[in-house]
Amino acid sequence: MDLATLAGDYTVRTVVAGAALLGIVSGVLGTFAVLRRQSLLGDALAHAALPGIALGFLVAGQRALPALLAGALASAVAAALLVALLVRRTRLKGDAAIGLALSLFFAVGVILLSFVQGRAGAGQAGLETFLFGQAAAILRSDLWVMAALAGVALASVAALWKEFELVTFDPTYAAALGLPVAVLDVTLTALVAVAVVLGLQLVGVVLMSAMLIAPAVAARQWTHRLGRVAILAALFGAASGVLGATVSAGARGLATGPLIVLALSAFTALSLVFAPTRGLLPTALRRRADRAGHRDRDVLRALDTLRRRHDDPTYAAERGMVDATVGHPTGRTLRTLERRGLVERVRHRPEEGRHWRLLEAGEAALERGRDGPDAPEGRA
Amino acid sequence: MSGGAAERAGGPGGPVHEPDLAVHVEDLTVTYGSRPALWDVDLDVPPGVMAAIVGPNGAGKSTLLEAILGLTPTTAGHVYVGGRRLREARGRIGYVPQRTAVDWDFPTRVLDVVTMGLYGRLGWLRRPGAKERRLAETALERVGMADYRDRQIAQLSGGQQQRTFLARALVQDADVYFLDEPMAGVDATSEAAILDVLRDLRAEGRTLLVVHHDLQTVRTTFDWVVLLNVRVLAQGPVETTYTADNLRATYGGDVALLSGAADPTANADGAPDPTPDPAYAPHEGTRDA
Repeated sequence: MDLATLAGDYTVRTVVAGAALLGIVSGVLGTFAVLRRQSLLGDALAHAALPGIALGFLVAGQRALPALLAGALASAVAAALLVALLVRRTRLKGDAAIGLALSLFFAVGVILLSFVQGRAGAGQAGLETFLFGQAAAILRSDLWVMAALAGVALASVAALWKEFELVTFDPTYAAALGLPVAVLDVTLTALVAVAVVLGLQLVGVVLMSAMLIAPAVAARQWTHRLGRVAILAALFGAASGVLGATVSAGARGLATGPLIVLALSAFTALSLVFAPTRGLLPTALRRRADRAGHRDRDVLRALDTLRRRHDDPTYAAERGMVDATVGHPTGRTLRTLERRGLVERVRHRPEEGRHWRLLEAGEAALERGRDGPDAPEGRA
Repeated sequence: MSGGAAERAGGPGGPVHEPDLAVHVEDLTVTYGSRPALWDVDLDVPPGVMAAIVGPNGAGKSTLLEAILGLTPTTAGHVYVGGRRLREARGRIGYVPQRTAVDWDFPTRVLDVVTMGLYGRLGWLRRPGAKERRLAETALERVGMADYRDRQIAQLSGGQQQRTFLARALVQDADVYFLDEPMAGVDATSEAAILDVLRDLRAEGRTLLVVHHDLQTVRTTFDWVVLLNVRVLAQGPVETTYTADNLRATYGGDVALLSGAADPTANADGAPDPTPDPAYAPHEGTRDA
């Protein structure tokens, strides 16, 4: 199928729109989850949604998305409260509490699923698709439910932006200002649960946490402002959603959710490696340039020391003398410095081998290096 | 929060108690498990003083600030700020927490952090605008950080972080300021800048309660002192309260800590009392919470 046909396809358009919507909401709320060090909470909420889906089906008697999502939201929030309770009332740390709640709710969910599946006439419910998501099952009416949920979530974040910002950065100070920190905590967690529930049909329980964590982690690499991190995370999320859904539609049979997560992982990997100030590569290059700068300065200083010691401004030092003064081999550094016109190579007959002399430009570079911590110029 | 019923009984304004004191604390007790962190603390701080809260490690100095500000659950006690219960006094209180309390890699700029001091006053649904930005800029100038307004907070030194937090409290325009170790681990420039601002605040008639670690500078910097070691051992004007005897009672007779801090003649009056204070000695060796 080529792109034009794809874009005209009703089902494909529905799936792509749903995936984009999910990407935006999970990007924005994932930003808060990650910055609050609650990355794993999304995973717990997603797994905890499973029993709610089954219960929603049992109550509604059919596969009605609003009922399933309402059940999912309720059981996810219940799991979040259980985590909060465990942390507050017992000596459990957050990660252990999250792990316990996650597996407990997931186990109950799987049991309920098998129970529903075993009931007569319920075989076609296809609830097991919520484990890994099944994008193709999304109907246009489902899309409206998703859009309404997404609208509520995004409007809440916009309305409570400054409160969420402060509670995320400095909850103690927020409490000192008189903000209702506990209420804001619960609200933010509930909104994360909404994002999770939005993704159940598309991405499924198992991979949902990636939708929350990856866009935020990728976006954080590129900017230092909270608002921009959230917007960028939404863009990464939406782009991955569209990309995954389109590729999946083009190559029938490939699961949409995992493709979306793969696209997200690519964005994240690229951001972790290439982002200008925080990326691994720029950081490594900067460190290398620093080291090179130190080496250059050491060699220039050694030449300077040697000529002072000989009381001869034009003194040319033997390579071995420079090595000994610096403390390690300096051949390569001397040759780069020569290329940059900071030192020159001279024959010093009748002795064997080459000698090195500090030039005026080298002297100037040494002077500049003394003024500040920066390496001599001309080498990045 | 304790005393909710009493607050309702007092009507919309709430009850007024000891309005002539900037801070009035009765029977404040905080326990972690069975171990008391603060025991029956009574505190009276008159307005317009700069009070140092000093005491050994684990004496509950930070806990005292947190308990007064309602940031940690209390077992017993009442707190009045300017004669008002905490809930009605929030707008008159400024707080500078320890700078290590937050993640400085958070994606935000110095000016944004300072603006956060106005979030309590702004109210729901209102975004900080040009007026709030101006207030934040003025506060940054006061702490000598005007040039850093657009700096990402991860790039600040410890002293600059502390000054940023101080500026955030300044925009609160409070009557009573609570500061938790504002001079701990900061460079000389920052310490001087912070001290200048604190003295200015006192000169404006505001009250400051400062958790302080440096016994040497209590006399030169503060005019009021609270000696704390789970209980309040002494409180009052520095000249009459900051004595060797009181310090010894607070620090359990650790003379090395006291050298130079107190009156040298008072230090020479015999060996320090080796017996620890019986009020909290039984709790030693209890497992930490």
